[in-house]
Amino acid sequence: MLRQIHSLPGLVAALLVAVLALTGAVLSVQPALERFAASSVVTGTISVAALAEAAQAQHAEIDKITKTASGSVVVSYFDGDKAGADLADPATGRVIGPHSPSATIRFITNLHRSLLLGTAGRIAAGLGALAMVVLTITGAMMLAARLGGWTALLQPIRGNARQRWHAQAGRLAIVGLLLTALTGCFLSLTSFELIPDGLAEPVATASGGGGARASVGSLAALQAVDLADLRELAFPYAADPTDTYRLTTAAGVTQIDAATGEALSFQPHSTARQLYETIYMLHTGQGLWPLGLLLGLSALAVPVFAITGAMIWWQRRRSLPRIADNRPASAADTIILVGSEGNSTWGFARTLHAALTQAGHKVHAAPMNALARAYPKAARMLILTATYGDGTAPASASGFLARLDRSALKLPVAVLGFGDRSFPQFCRFAEDVAAALAMRGWPALIEIDRIDRQSSQSFALWGDRLGTALGHGLTLAHVAERPKTMALELVKRVDYGAEVQAPTAILTFRLPGAAAGRALWKRLFPASLPPFEAGDLVGILPPGSTVPRYYSLASSAREGILEICVRKQPGGLCSGFLNDLPLGGRIDGFIKANPAFRPNASAAPLILIGAGAGIAPLMGFLRANRSHREAHLYWGGRSPASDFLYRDDLASCIADGRLSALNAVFSRVAEGGYVQDRLAKDAQQLAALLRRGAQIMVCGGRDMAGGVSQALDAILAPMGLSTATLKASGLYLEDVY
Amino acid sequence: MISFARALALALPLGLAGILAHSAVAEARPVRITTTLKPYGGDGAYLAIYITDPQGKLAKTVRIAGGKAKYHKHLSAWNRLSGGKIDGTTGASVGSGQSLTVSVEIADALIDAGYQIRVDSAVENENDVPGDAVTPLATAGAGKAVAGRGYVKSLTFDM
Repeated sequence: MLRQIHSLPGLVAALLVAVLALTGAVLSVQPALERFAASSVVTGTISVAALAEAAQAQHAEIDKITKTASGSVVVSYFDGDKAGADLADPATGRVIGPHSPSATIRFITNLHRSLLLGTAGRIAAGLGALAMVVLTITGAMMLAARLGGWTALLQPIRGNARQRWHAQAGRLAIVGLLLTALTGCFLSLTSFELIPDGLAEPVATASGGGGARASVGSLAALQAVDLADLRELAFPYAADPTDTYRLTTAAGVTQIDAATGEALSFQPHSTARQLYETIYMLHTGQGLWPLGLLLGLSALAVPVFAITGAMIWWQRRRSLPRIADNRPASAADTIILVGSEGNSTWGFARTLHAALTQAGHKVHAAPMNALARAYPKAARMLILTATYGDGTAPASASGFLARLDRSALKLPVAVLGFGDRSFPQFCRFAEDVAAALAMRGWPALIEIDRIDRQSSQSFALWGDRLGTALGHGLTLAHVAERPKTMALELVKRVDYGAEVQAPTAILTFRLPGAAAGRALWKRLFPASLPPFEAGDLVGILPPGSTVPRYYSLASSAREGILEICVRKQPGGLCSGFLNDLPLGGRIDGFIKANPAFRPNASAAPLILIGAGAGIAPLMGFLRANRSHREAHLYWGGRSPASDFLYRDDLASCIADGRLSALNAVFSRVAEGGYVQDRLAKDAQQLAALLRRGAQIMVCGGRDMAGGVSQALDAILAPMGLSTATLKASGLYLEDVY
Repeated sequence: MISFARALALALPLGLAGILAHSAVAEARPVRITTTLKPYGGDGAYLAIYITDPQGKLAKTVRIAGGKAKYHKHLSAWNRLSGGKIDGTTGASVGSGQSLTVSVEIADALIDAGYQIRVDSAVENENDVPGDAVTPLATAGAGKAVAGRGYVKSLTFDM
């Protein structure tokens, strides 16, 4: 709901708000520029009378003298039938030069206020300010919800690049934007006279005695006022003998007899006027130039929001699966609900949808989070879901169990889980869902089943069982969609470990270079790698396979290369292919973000733990550790003579402080051991690091990860902690295969 | 066109000073006043078009152009003379470079009698120009444009 409130006005108002923000950002610099151009007004230097006298010496008919919020003194005058304005030196009253406000700034001001469209434009600008208030508040609420509450608002942001930019810009700009938007709404309302600005109140109109006008410098009431206190001095109109001087200060307006110099009336500024002026200052920064610059900087975040926000919306829209002939929920006899983190489960749902539709059913497919209150025509529900991480719900099912709690539905249901049997929590979420449904008394159409590694055969078998239950044949011929890949060329390889039966290669890939025969523009603007960081994954499709294998990246896109570490598995299709790949050989790969496996933004120490090829992302983190955050690496290999991966890189990281301590352990040397043994030995040092809030990152095989977690639990237990509690607070991250 | 009755109503107070001694019925004629603005490039200008007597007092407000009452005090010379009370017609503000023509019935007795047509102008967040353009209400001046000193480019009247 919050998301709709945020994204709908966001999309509609994006352009409008961006125009308001960009013009506002340009205008925000003006107070600072004016402030530094104007020599400062020092109290006690010159009286208003003396300044006016000096101005009068230059122009016979003066309209008014204004001191702007930034301290410039402007003398507006008439010379015959020509009006003009001079900038005056506030110390002496002498003319510095003509005052010619920039036409560009006036144009931008009008664009900002009314989009150059008069009243309609003013209304639009006011609505833009209102949209900005709504967007800022809903955006902050979404960010807080995502980070786990208002107190967690400063926690590191996870997600892909656009989401991080969107949220990060929001966090930096929220205060400035909220101030700008709220004050903008206020000013807009005063402009439409819906809120008083104090200007509507009647002004005092005392008349002077009409005597011959004295020289302005001799007027007592003006001699008594310091220039520092002046806002405006309006001169009497020449053709009106009883007209008075009208002196405006911060306190109010005084009328002064042009002949006697006597103060005739004083009208203090109304509360409404003072409020208006304060808000005007807060909005424009006029008279408060540092605030102006701050607001301008905040405003620059708005185009970032508009662009990344539109990208996020488009991405979300595009990732909503398109299913041919999808019936509305209210008309369908069969409901398919999908829990998917990537999109592969949706592929299976699409196959199922097509087969059921062909069998004459009216089928509705939707994400699990879209569980409706009622399905009036439905006779059955089919739930296809993956499991995320350690048995939790995938993205499109995150709210399913909570929704089910509030639901009164009861339909015959079949649950099908998707997962990877090598993970201990294989299809755990599907099992949780099946159990929750059974507890609520939903009859099982067929028993829960599980699909291992996207097996088309298992899926077809499940289809047979489902068809039997439905009383008609059901042929599910699922062909996995081949992910969109890019060609990558092997440019470097370093081989290790052959002597200790652990052949491992560090492979470096690049986008294929610009060949001479390619179009000029392609050579001038060569394709660049998609964004990725160390710790993200590259999915590689070995020849003749549609099922990708994932490898952790040791490099980031900024370096222009993709570096991975591959241990050759006995009989492994992909690892064998990669280990045999010659220089110049090509692979098909794609990036899969892994934002959950990144060092946090804290300054506390980092404990990196890995074994064998699991060093790859850890090496990437160390290379990127330019802030020299304290980092300890625990890594296990077989023999320093054969498979000491990244030996030289690690040495240079130690030399320049990116790595604080290297603890390498080898299993095939005298008195050798495994990485978990070394952890147990270093228990005291590790406990000290953990007390300082250290973050632990583990990468490697499942067995090693289990051993590491046991060793660390033994260290954490006396502190009343465990790897489970650290995991919950994001201080214990695993990338395990 | 203004009806005779309306013309009479307008002309009566205008002519009061000069004609009481001569006749019970005022002789009046329509005067068309055209104000053309310079292309100053800002928001619409507020204008006060009014007539002053030989002593410089307000004789009659012809037109206040510009809808928001809170800005009328920026038509400063007129505002002082009138106390803000509008005894004439009102209308929309006049855009940069635009012209405004207003017609008013003026008693013959006021012509060539030291009366003046004056225009005050003001633009939001810019300047106030009291007496932007001033022309004597004289037969010799009819049809001759006078230049303004602020936002007004020219002021002409025909009768």
